[in-house]
Amino acid sequence: MVFCMQVDTVDLFKVLSDPTRRAIFERLTREGEQTVHALTDRFAVTQPAISKHLALLKLANLVTDRREGRETHYKAQPKALAPLVDWVSLYGAFWRERMDRLESLLERMEP
Amino acid sequence: MIEQARTTMEQSAATRSVVIERELPHAPEKVWRALTESSLIAEWLMANDFQLAVGHRFSFRAAPVPGWNGIIECEVQVVEPYARLAYSWGTMGMENAVTWTLTATEGGTHLRMEQSGFGADQEANYKGATYGWKRFIGNLEQVVGGLD
Repeated sequence: MVFCMQVDTVDLFKVLSDPTRRAIFERLTREGEQTVHALTDRFAVTQPAISKHLALLKLANLVTDRREGRETHYKAQPKALAPLVDWVSLYGAFWRERMDRLESLLERMEP
Repeated sequence: MIEQARTTMEQSAATRSVVIERELPHAPEKVWRALTESSLIAEWLMANDFQLAVGHRFSFRAAPVPGWNGIIECEVQVVEPYARLAYSWGTMGMENAVTWTLTATEGGTHLRMEQSGFGADQEANYKGATYGWKRFIGNLEQVVGGLD
């Protein structure tokens, strides 16, 4: 069975809106690749629940997995977050607002 | 007073930058003061300990929000009185450069601001230890929510 799903920014938000999934992603980002077992030990959640979280993170391209023997290892892909942060747009809005303030200050200043 | 405001944003894939330009009905000397006197900068940009000297390190301080300490570390790089001012702009693991260019016009000053250095590598730098993911994502939702 082949899943062909488009994950857009909104879905990224949805995937990361769950605190446990965020915590799993954060841990993988900070500590590197880990197995499902290792993650299950760290979180007070059952292994099927962890696996479900990981499947959703994988669907959003936030983690990749790799089979080794009987274990599956998961690795964070922080670059998948890039669509969430468009720094150029954010700073564009920031500077436009500040330039408006600069203009009003100039109006108030002595010549 | 007739005010002409022109705002443009330029983006290119290789070295993305934010460019904002405005026509101001004020002399370059006056605009320069607003850009270079600490107390005046604080009125329109952010609290700061700016000094007009190449090599001076200073910071801008905004109210901290979850995921961001509100501090921008800077260093004055270029001072050409009434014409050009540039400083580095470092925050959230990213290092940008902000350059102000003033050109005298018939009616006042053409002011150009360029914030450069948004390379693909730079934007990936925000990952990792310098940043609190949980808070970051929470804050981001607020930011994006406020963009509409």
